[in-house]
Amino acid sequence: MISALFIYNQKGEVLISRLYRQDLKRSIADVFRIQVISNTDVRSPIITLGSTSFFHVRHENLYIVAITKWNANAALVFEFCYRVINIGRSYFGKLDEDAVKANFVLIYELLDEVLDFGYPQNSEADTLKMYITTESVKSERAIMEESSKITIQATGATSWRRSDVRYRKNEAFVDVVESVNLLLSTQGNVLRADVAGQILMRAYLSGTPECKFGLNDRLLLEKDAVNRSTGGTQKRSPNTVEIDDCQFHQCVKLGKFDSDRTISFIPPDGEFELMRYRTSDNINLPFKVHPVVNEIGKSKIEYKIIVKANFSSKLYANNVVLSIPTPLNAAGVTCMVSAGKAKYVPAENAMVWKISRFQGQSEFMLTGEVTLTAMTHKKAWSRPPISMDFQVLMFTSSGLLVRFLKVFEKSNYKSVKWVRYMTKAGNYQIRF
Amino acid sequence: MYFCPTCSNLLLVQTDGAQQQFYCQTCPYIYPVIKTIVQRKTLDRKQVDDVLGGDEAWANVDQTEGENAELLTDLNSEYRDRRKDAVKRVIANMTVGKDVSSLFPHVVKNMQTEDLEMKKLVYLYLMNYAKSNPDLVILAVNTFVKDTDHVNPLIRALAIRTMGCIRVDKILDHLCEPLRKCLQDDNPYVRKTAAICVAKLWDLDQERAIENGFIKELQDLVSDSNPMVVANAVTALAEMQESSSTKDIFVVNVAFMNKMLAALNECTEWGQIAILTSLADYKPLDSKEAENICERVVPRLQHANGSVVLSAVRVIMIYMRHIKSEEFIKLLIKKMSPPLVTLLASAPEVQYVSLRNINLILQKRPDILQNDVRVFFCKYNDPPYVKREKLEIMIKLCNERNIEQILSELKEYASEVDVDFVRKAVRAIGRCAIMIDEASERCVNVLLDLINTKVNYVVQEAIIVIKDIFRKYPKRYEGIIEILCQNLDSLDEPEAKGSLIWIVGEYAEQINNAEELIEGFLETFLEENPQVQLQLLTATVKLFLKKPSQTQELVHRVLQSATTEIDNADTRDRAYVYWRLLSTDPRAAKAVVLSEKPPIAVEMSSISPGLLDELINNISTLASVYHKPPTAFMGNKAFSADAVKKAAAEDARDEEQIMGDDMISPTAAVGAAKNAMADLLDLDFGNESTTTNVSSPPVSLGNNSSVMQTQPAQASGPNYSADLFDFSSDMSGSSGGAFGGMGGMGGVMQPQQQSTNMSSPPVSTSNASNSGGLFGDLGSFSQPMQPQQQQQQQQQQQQQKPSGAMNDLLYLF
Repeated sequence: MISALFIYNQKGEVLISRLYRQDLKRSIADVFRIQVISNTDVRSPIITLGSTSFFHVRHENLYIVAITKWNANAALVFEFCYRVINIGRSYFGKLDEDAVKANFVLIYELLDEVLDFGYPQNSEADTLKMYITTESVKSERAIMEESSKITIQATGATSWRRSDVRYRKNEAFVDVVESVNLLLSTQGNVLRADVAGQILMRAYLSGTPECKFGLNDRLLLEKDAVNRSTGGTQKRSPNTVEIDDCQFHQCVKLGKFDSDRTISFIPPDGEFELMRYRTSDNINLPFKVHPVVNEIGKSKIEYKIIVKANFSSKLYANNVVLSIPTPLNAAGVTCMVSAGKAKYVPAENAMVWKISRFQGQSEFMLTGEVTLTAMTHKKAWSRPPISMDFQVLMFTSSGLLVRFLKVFEKSNYKSVKWVRYMTKAGNYQIRF
Repeated sequence: MYFCPTCSNLLLVQTDGAQQQFYCQTCPYIYPVIKTIVQRKTLDRKQVDDVLGGDEAWANVDQTEGENAELLTDLNSEYRDRRKDAVKRVIANMTVGKDVSSLFPHVVKNMQTEDLEMKKLVYLYLMNYAKSNPDLVILAVNTFVKDTDHVNPLIRALAIRTMGCIRVDKILDHLCEPLRKCLQDDNPYVRKTAAICVAKLWDLDQERAIENGFIKELQDLVSDSNPMVVANAVTALAEMQESSSTKDIFVVNVAFMNKMLAALNECTEWGQIAILTSLADYKPLDSKEAENICERVVPRLQHANGSVVLSAVRVIMIYMRHIKSEEFIKLLIKKMSPPLVTLLASAPEVQYVSLRNINLILQKRPDILQNDVRVFFCKYNDPPYVKREKLEIMIKLCNERNIEQILSELKEYASEVDVDFVRKAVRAIGRCAIMIDEASERCVNVLLDLINTKVNYVVQEAIIVIKDIFRKYPKRYEGIIEILCQNLDSLDEPEAKGSLIWIVGEYAEQINNAEELIEGFLETFLEENPQVQLQLLTATVKLFLKKPSQTQELVHRVLQSATTEIDNADTRDRAYVYWRLLSTDPRAAKAVVLSEKPPIAVEMSSISPGLLDELINNISTLASVYHKPPTAFMGNKAFSADAVKKAAAEDARDEEQIMGDDMISPTAAVGAAKNAMADLLDLDFGNESTTTNVSSPPVSLGNNSSVMQTQPAQASGPNYSADLFDFSSDMSGSSGGAFGGMGGMGGVMQPQQQSTNMSSPPVSTSNASNSGGLFGDLGSFSQPMQPQQQQQQQQQQQQQKPSGAMNDLLYLF
């Protein structure tokens, strides 16, 4: 369905052009440059000119553009563009103009493999790396021997894992990373609070292990409880989490999850994202912010911002940064803080307050005063929200816990598992 | 050069008899030369400044054939590294758009190699330039055919993949045999590549694909043991089905369906999408079967890839039509909601596609996502296109329970900096007010708060919105007129100004200083935008009818200047009509001008059910993003009469919005609309030249019929037809109907016209079903009229002074 894929740099020069179908000419690249790259007012990521549709995604200093003449699956095209970016990142560390220029031959090879006649094929970076290599270091003989194995794997049911992995020490690391999104209204009401969590796993396990993974998922645990205590009074256990929705890496058997909510999978080798989840129930907000901002006349604004850490005093947060917006016509800014450092950053129109270590249950305050210059036209200040960034280790906002990770393998080896938790700020915004 | 050892001066040479000697000029030192003296000195070359910037400056400059010649030598080099490097450079040149086709035979020569990377590069070159050298491609065929027998499956697949991409007839003769072999290869990777290759062959030569029995082979591959092969076979078949004339290549039946469902769990994400897309075409036999399929598809909603989720949603939405059990439908809707919300956490572009689709799903199933309105609240740093769509969905989800929340959110948006978004937010408040009766009071209060911010564009937009609220709830919020009037000075946009003038005219009896206000506006009457002029005209007449005693002189002056000093035909025509009405029968004028306005309603589902169903079939595709049927933006497909009717009638009103939003090139759209018009007219009247109605020259003045004739050609602003309706609504049956027809036609004809919104009831209420009929009206109406009209036009050419025209027109009445 994708008729052509182009990569442009910021100036609109074509770095990569790959036509998959004959319904387009290469000159179509110029149309996009004129209509989008040199156009300052682009209001949509999809643009249709005549019967040709352009989908573009911006990444670093590149435009990744897919072109089609069909009624293409728009979501697929965008997901694919992002996949191309991911593959690029996994191959070159970062995908920018220099990387593309330095590796254009390899990129053509990859594009040849991931799309055939405009239909996405295999886009798993790990599998691709087996037969498209950065340096053709492998001897041809090795390729010959391995290639049939590769192709079986590239098309097989477990395309993400080679069967012959061996480790002396079998280990698995699980990282639970949660991003808290918060939107607090001017009155201090929670407009939206939800947690987007990721469970990242690094598996160094031999053979083809079958893993089972357990969370304190309320739906599952309640069902178990009902099974065990038939007829008993059903009470809500407090230590469970209600997961609104979750998505899994393709290795997880979705059918099984749907029927009995167990998460079982054969992990790819190395690092991968096992699942993503979202909850909006019972969220422990790690930080409370009380802003008091008074506009005194037309020339002065007073700020008083209080931040309180809401988690246990045994824990602490790292890299806490608050960005407190100031009006565009701020002339002088003075601020005092009870911890950390605060300074005015004119480029961002904000006071930036950094606290490198923030003990649980403690409370800090910023007082500031902004003097304003007179402006000719009175345009109300839009008061962008205060945004906050932080990381809290060994704390999950949602209360999610990993209950177990079981590994079953034919050879029955012992494996060591590690779990870490971290909560960081997603879109943590406080209006004032 | 030598220097004196005692005083360091330069020694000179002189002859002393037979031999030469060095001497010093200042002291008596002498050195006789008795043997040859030699001194060697190497001189450093002076460094030349490179004015053009050194070697690097030469890296990407244009070259004459010099480089090609150099490449040519390298391509023929005996060293492999050198050849490979040369091929890479050829590809680099190809990328930047330089012509390297002349090297064709030399590049192709390098195809015969064991180096996979090199082979791929040569293939890439071949695909690009085969067309320009069709005769030479035959050189490569042999290698291709040999490669499809290679022991390495990667090379086999590569060869068959590339062969399919070379669109030269000659190669087709050699393609079929290897392709057949590859379709039966025991390596799945080769089979899946060959499956796609059949689609490539089909695209080039359908006959040949059928003759060779590839269709059958491909259908067999659907039951392959490898899921990815199944997925690719399905993909290829689906594409061939779409472009085939007989439509019998891939009819999804029970057997296919079961095989696809079996493969669904195991294939790659992209394969899942292909299978889900084809599943959507299957027609389930009964409700039970549909339920079963839905159950198998539901787990896909948990996939990390947003497009898989949307494809699954599409299948479920389509099958829901066949499911009879209400409970099961409820369950499905419940299961669909969380994944849809999760899509909002993906990349902004995917969010945008998802939001457009959620918009559709909401129109079909309004009970979904009822409690999730909060997730659609805009984040400060969302891209504008995402914000816009979120706003739309917020309005769709708005009800009595959450209106409070939504209003405070909208108010927040109204203080942002993006002007366009702020305006949309203000409009949204108005739509909420019109939708939910109980909330109108709160909405009006919020709007008043916004007016108090005194931010220019917010105030203007709020006034436009309040006008609509007045229309919906007449006689409820008159109290706020005073506040509105305080903002007279800040209005500079025609629409806002027109709105306020309309309010003043409509409520003239309750505004003490209405005549002062109108008079104030009239000072600049001649300079105003036509839209404002029209409103002023109407408002003045309303004022006169309500307060005849004080304003007689005013109305006279306005009509006078409108008829004599204004060039705009609309304004002038309307002034004449009013004048005539007022001078012949003031009571009739009152009945016409001050008649009850039809109430306005917010169109909740702006898409007609038929189109909506078609769009649901296209969830996640471009059509669903544009909210237009695929035929509307895909070229090369002739408009069928059916499609034209649909396209023209159903979404002409949408056209402008979507066009504006998504930058479909306006010319193409207008062209399409015109096409549609012409076809539509043909359909209704055969080949009679009814199109002349459309292009008839504007007639500057005349009786009823000529006013109507001109209207479609120049229905310029949204208020135009509305206000014409103001005075036409009480006219006799036939002409009223024709006016309505005109309104409808205006709507169909003017895709570029400003969003007609609430101010023009006839346009927004006319829908697909009756516009054809109205055309009929028009046709029959215009037929007998034509001679009269011509006569009239001649008259007008003779009449230079409008006042004379007035007199002459009397006998026409």
